[in-house]
Amino acid sequence: MTPHLEIKNLHVSVEGKEILKGIDLTINKNEIHAIMGPNGSGKSTLANTLAGHPKYTVTEGDILYKGESVLPWGADVRSQKGIFLAFQYPMAIPGVTVANFLRTALNARRKATGTNGNSKSISIPEFRKLMREKMAILKLDDTFATRYLNDGFSGGEKKRVEILQMAVLNPEMAVLDETDSGLDIDALRIVSEGVNALAGPNLGVLLITHYQRILNYIKPQYIHVMVSGKLAMSGGPELALQLEEKGYDWIIEAEAAK
Amino acid sequence: MTDTKKPTFDIGSSGSEYKEKYGFFDPEKYVFKAKKGLNREIVEEISWMKNEPEWMRTYRLRALEMFYKKPMPQWGGNLNDINFDDIYYFLRATDKSERSWDDVPDDIKKTFDRLGIPEAERKFLSGVGAQYESEVVYHNIKESLSKQGVIFLGMDQALAEHPDIVKKYFGTIIPSADNKFAALNSAVWSGGSFIYVPPGVHVDMPLQAYFRINARSMGQFERTLIIADEGSYVHYVEGCTAPTYSSDSLHSAVVEIMIHKNARVRYTTIQNWSSNVYNLVTKRAVAQEDATMEWVDCNLGSKLTMKYPSVYMMGKGAHGEILSVAFAGKGQHQDAGGKVVHGAPYTTSVINSKSISKDGGRTSYRGLLKVYPGAVGSKSNVRCDALLLDEDSRSDTYPYIEVDEDKVSIGHEASVSKIGEEQLFYLMSRGLSESEAATMIVSGFIEPIVKELPMEFAVEMNRLIQLQMEGSVG
Repeated sequence: MTPHLEIKNLHVSVEGKEILKGIDLTINKNEIHAIMGPNGSGKSTLANTLAGHPKYTVTEGDILYKGESVLPWGADVRSQKGIFLAFQYPMAIPGVTVANFLRTALNARRKATGTNGNSKSISIPEFRKLMREKMAILKLDDTFATRYLNDGFSGGEKKRVEILQMAVLNPEMAVLDETDSGLDIDALRIVSEGVNALAGPNLGVLLITHYQRILNYIKPQYIHVMVSGKLAMSGGPELALQLEEKGYDWIIEAEAAK
Repeated sequence: MTDTKKPTFDIGSSGSEYKEKYGFFDPEKYVFKAKKGLNREIVEEISWMKNEPEWMRTYRLRALEMFYKKPMPQWGGNLNDINFDDIYYFLRATDKSERSWDDVPDDIKKTFDRLGIPEAERKFLSGVGAQYESEVVYHNIKESLSKQGVIFLGMDQALAEHPDIVKKYFGTIIPSADNKFAALNSAVWSGGSFIYVPPGVHVDMPLQAYFRINARSMGQFERTLIIADEGSYVHYVEGCTAPTYSSDSLHSAVVEIMIHKNARVRYTTIQNWSSNVYNLVTKRAVAQEDATMEWVDCNLGSKLTMKYPSVYMMGKGAHGEILSVAFAGKGQHQDAGGKVVHGAPYTTSVINSKSISKDGGRTSYRGLLKVYPGAVGSKSNVRCDALLLDEDSRSDTYPYIEVDEDKVSIGHEASVSKIGEEQLFYLMSRGLSESEAATMIVSGFIEPIVKELPMEFAVEMNRLIQLQMEGSVG
């Protein structure tokens, strides 16, 4: 079977500086993987590279999505094909309502690939119904639909709206970049429940986090530790608990000793 | 006299869709076309053709003298390339102004049909005026409004049918000596709208006028006068287009508005001139006690626009508001802004200006905030934001603030921003193409102004922005 997402010997540079130094990772449908690691280890670089940020240059290796290299695709095409990045710092777009933005995005995805076997634009009443349903999951009240995207949103609201976007766009590969950062405990629970509600047989999830606490809510089958642009260690859920207890230093030291 | 030579098309940055929707031209067939150039004879001829009263003929001739005397403004944009001798000052396309759409001559009707005017009239307007070249070719007003005493006429007809009221106000708000182009307009004006709203009458749906330049090297000099009597309300919307010829056209209008006690006027402009039109317009309103004036001014297209809608708040408690959007593409300069003059106590004003520059286009915000001594308790808030779409484009801010009274509250904010890589990436990561993403950011940027437009015009405005943005990035 072709793996859902396959990252092969990935090297990535930003402004001439190499950040990722050979990442290998395979994620299948219905799997949740978590990448943990200290600040500056390259976690967000991996997330942005997967989504196609033009600032990040792949110098070696490849990223295959359903067996096809994503490297020739721009960020728009990757999204249309079902790759989703929940941003660590979502941008504010003043004057553009959440609903207008999401309908445009959904129609772009439908037009390109025909999500749910429907390549036609979604009708406004149908879209409204979809929004209401997904907003309820994330405990966002109706006024969010008409608010300007991330403009004046609190940190928690931004993250909830990221997951709302994921829910509406219905991706097949979701990358969550520090979705837990800056959330209080209630917001963390709501966001996590939202992600869990979306997880399923057709979705692969890559969860990037600095802290273990989101793993109390979202349960990955695989944990990887990134240190200095490489995956230094991989394991099952028990690895997260070890990290919680011992921190990252012992892995960093082991990596340095290699 | 009829010039049937086929004009050369020169479609500017706005691409083929502009051509399809606005950039078409009709063969030139005119009942009367004055000779090119400006002199006493032409002015006399215009007045004679219109069968005007003596006072107007004298007024025109005096204005012409002032036009000659006044030097060309050397601030704002570059006006030195305008050749006043190479312009047609008067073109009559039909013998009369019609009140029934069916009676408008077919070729002219076709133009306005393509622009969607008759549909708009049926759907959401209280009345429509349509000006083709120099004169109003069609105007109509809902019967219920005319029964209430609302007058909505072409300016020429108003002068013929309501000479007293025209004479009382004409040139009192913008005297012909105000500036060189006001003098020019006063000398050769033709067409434009006249509106009178009687005391207490609220005109629920907008009145609209549509201005179309079709001929090459044409000068359009419409003159609009709006009088809102005590406690009345009217919303007037104007739209302007022209096809793109290789030679330049000149549009130089004068708009005067008198708002009596407790009345309110909103004046909305959606202007989409082709990129060879010099658009030099003087617009001014006088707001009496507790009266409100609102300018909503959307400027797209043109080669150079110089336009600063003004509100003179002359009565206690008057309010003035100027909301404007300017979009400058390749080879275009939008020098726009507004003037608010506080001449009475407790007057309040707001200026909110948004400009967008792309492909080397240039926008300038030029604004005046003036508070006279004695205008105690006045408040003004000025905000101008510029968005640059690329490195070649330019934006400048020229805010003039003259405050001669201490007991006032003044706020001024300005910002310049660029479309950021991170914003584009964020939207693209949701499936939007780069150009869709940039268009969405621009639409959001002007949303605070666009949301003030009636729905149908807001839709049109967004469509125009899309046209301007197509193929602009990447």
